[in-house]
Amino acid sequence: MTPSLLIVALALLSFVAFQIGKARALAVAGGARGIRELHSLPGHYGLLAALWAGLPALLLVILWVSVQDRVLIAIVTSHLPASVMSLGQDGFTLFLNDVRNVIAGNIPASQVSAEAAVAASEYVRLQGYSRMALTALAFAVAVLGLFITRSRITPELRARNSVERVFEGLLFLCSLVAVLTTLGIVLSVVFEATRFFNIVPVSEFLFGTRWSPQMAIRADQVGSSGAFGAIPLFAGTLLISFIAMIVAVPIGLFSAIYLAEYAPSQVRKVVKPLLEVLAGVPTVVYGFFAVTTVGPILRVWGESIGLDVAGESALAAGLVMGIMIIPFVSSLADDMITAVPQSLRDGAYALGATRSETIKQVVLRAALPGIVGGVLLAISRAIGETMIVVMAAGLSANLTANPLEAVTTVTVQIVTLLVGDQEFDSPKTLAAFALGLMLFIVTLVLNVIALYVVRKYREQYE
Amino acid sequence: MNSTNNTVMKSAAETQQQVRNSLARRYRAERRFRFYGFAAVSAGIAFVVFLFGTIFAQGLSVFQQSYVKLEIFYDPQAIDPAGNRDPDDLVVADYQALVRAALREEFPQVEGRPNLRELYGLMSSAASMELQRAVTSNPDLIGQRQTLWLLADDTVDMVLKGNVSRTAPEDERRLSDQQIGWLSALEQRGDLDLRFNRSFFSNGDSRDPEQAGVRGALIGSLLTLLITLLLSFPIGVGAAVYLEEFAPRNRLTDIIEVNINNLAAVPSIVFGLLGLAVFIGFFGLPRSAPLVGGFVLTLLTLPTIIIASRAALKAVPPSIREAALGMGASRLQMVGHHVLPLALPGMLTGAIIGMARALGESAPLLMIGMVAFIVEVPQGIVDPATALPVQVFLWSDLPERGFVERTSGAIIVLLLFLLVMNATAVWLRNKFEKRW
Repeated sequence: MTPSLLIVALALLSFVAFQIGKARALAVAGGARGIRELHSLPGHYGLLAALWAGLPALLLVILWVSVQDRVLIAIVTSHLPASVMSLGQDGFTLFLNDVRNVIAGNIPASQVSAEAAVAASEYVRLQGYSRMALTALAFAVAVLGLFITRSRITPELRARNSVERVFEGLLFLCSLVAVLTTLGIVLSVVFEATRFFNIVPVSEFLFGTRWSPQMAIRADQVGSSGAFGAIPLFAGTLLISFIAMIVAVPIGLFSAIYLAEYAPSQVRKVVKPLLEVLAGVPTVVYGFFAVTTVGPILRVWGESIGLDVAGESALAAGLVMGIMIIPFVSSLADDMITAVPQSLRDGAYALGATRSETIKQVVLRAALPGIVGGVLLAISRAIGETMIVVMAAGLSANLTANPLEAVTTVTVQIVTLLVGDQEFDSPKTLAAFALGLMLFIVTLVLNVIALYVVRKYREQYE
Repeated sequence: MNSTNNTVMKSAAETQQQVRNSLARRYRAERRFRFYGFAAVSAGIAFVVFLFGTIFAQGLSVFQQSYVKLEIFYDPQAIDPAGNRDPDDLVVADYQALVRAALREEFPQVEGRPNLRELYGLMSSAASMELQRAVTSNPDLIGQRQTLWLLADDTVDMVLKGNVSRTAPEDERRLSDQQIGWLSALEQRGDLDLRFNRSFFSNGDSRDPEQAGVRGALIGSLLTLLITLLLSFPIGVGAAVYLEEFAPRNRLTDIIEVNINNLAAVPSIVFGLLGLAVFIGFFGLPRSAPLVGGFVLTLLTLPTIIIASRAALKAVPPSIREAALGMGASRLQMVGHHVLPLALPGMLTGAIIGMARALGESAPLLMIGMVAFIVEVPQGIVDPATALPVQVFLWSDLPERGFVERTSGAIIVLLLFLLVMNATAVWLRNKFEKRW
């Protein structure tokens, strides 16, 4: 049986086990009238039987399938003819690729070398044995689990407690997924980044001012020095994020103030969701907007006042990114402003302050930590934003502070380095992971600070 | 005594005067401040209007496409000279010849190879594909005449939609004066018209704008979202239930909580790096597959769903729990029978919002290779596929004028899906929201 069919069969078997367990529980209790003698509901006994029948066998299948391929390849390669073993590292990898393609049916066996065809048929033969063995073993484990549980069923058996412990365990595993994700991110990024830093020193990466990640294929190739100095990328990222914040912070903050303090509630009810629409628009749409609309408009304006604006200027990307972040800033600031107790405002009014004076001198000062936290979160969003800059910012790593020129960012470089064919051992690919590591660290630090500031502030009024 | 009184009076009057003088300034400042707020809100709304306005202005025309009415003669000599109706022969027959013959019939006066080539250029290569499909599915057509609306080339389409001016100098457009003349002739006869664009919804990607459609990307997106939903909803709800209802207060659960909050703010591209290194690099799953895309988007949406589900669980009043426990229910029964059903609408709302975010996400999908040029519509979760936002990204890079319209059209389709999802979420929340 194929593993997926086997899993379906096991599920069916578990269902049968549920019925058997339930019937057995009723039988030992002496029919429906004796049900009060049971410790748990009959269904719990059924579930217990189903779990014992299904879970160990399922674990076995998963474990088996996850190692099967490696073991089979090892067996197949262990008795390959000497001619294959002498191919060397690269040749051997190619040979294995051929074998795998034949196994998967991508290419007919007649198109590869005789050795590969033999190895592939050997693999398929072993795979057949392996599947038969697995099927037999899994069914044996399942049936064994079922019968042992069935024989254990007595009115005193605490079936509910056992079943619930299993389910609680499953729930705990669910919550562990988040931790595993973080761990996965850190491990994968750090692992690949370390390999990169073995080739390119950390100091060169962090402080170098030239970025041209093409490694030379030939020594005499033009423009193929392979420089991995990330300063231009950091500068470009900061420039675009800075422009974005110049747009987003004033507009976001002032709209939050207006909506929270001035606007009548009907206006607020309509306008607030309307602004939040901006947050729900996919970032590719902003990217497209930046390329086809904002970029050309800026170019025309620039020409009319005698400025030379690059086709993919940092300004266009930053402006559009700012528009994207407006609702982010405004809804966070709005939360913070509405959280300021009314008594503070009333106190200020009683002293004769006008509304704007109250807002400036009382409300905003009380809400400041929260707003700062929100702005930090917004900056981390801007730094990590990918699609807008991939589409609207350039690829050339210019070290410049001029917003009218094209710059490139960390995320753009990650995308350009990794899109397309790649090998995991070229420094070009690994550089993307090093950049990813930087991105992860910076955004993480910003988030931690922001969450700390926001939380500390919240404690004051609640 | 009198003198002190006077000084007080005098200073009070002075203060009043000072306040009166400053009041005008303060009111001006007040109005200014209020105006800034108003201007900011207006700017925000203007951005919304401008953004949607340009997208719709560029993209709405994609739902119509130029078709040419031609009378096709299914010439047995061209399709099946042997006359044995062999399906293999029918597939490879020269259907372009049929289209060309029909064009020559339409304009008998055109002669000479270069002129004829220009004439043939009016039609899309999809026209002959359509004839091929028709004949292979119904070989009885051979020998008959049929009047069909066939797809025109994208250059024709751009002229007809007014995106390229007919009166512009000849070297500034891709159609010659002669071709424009034929277009006008066809139009006058009513043989060239804008009709509903079927191919946009039935085709996969293509290098020719008039043939490119969103179907492949749409199916790819739906498959990816299906995987995402099937994984992230159960896992997210499970995690939320554990953290809200079962977790003891200890270091481990604290770590998990902080973790989830931080994960929610990790840039999406980093999840793409994770997917590339772990799912593709380590586990050897296929590149470009909706399966891997679904895995990555699951991890991406999980924090959103967990946070929303926890809020929904928190909203269920403790009295429900106490009542269930008081009746002898175990904790799991209490959660399964009472708390979960009450919290489910809130959790669904969170899940839909998470799915909407996943649908619009493209950066992590670029990392795992869902950016390839794929013509076929994916059939399963391990077939190479692309997703709707990635299709937008791919098309936006192409130089043809026709692709600007296609890109905007794909964006409109994407936005419609997002609108439906968000509206469902709002509807769910309003319908099932309970105030205790």
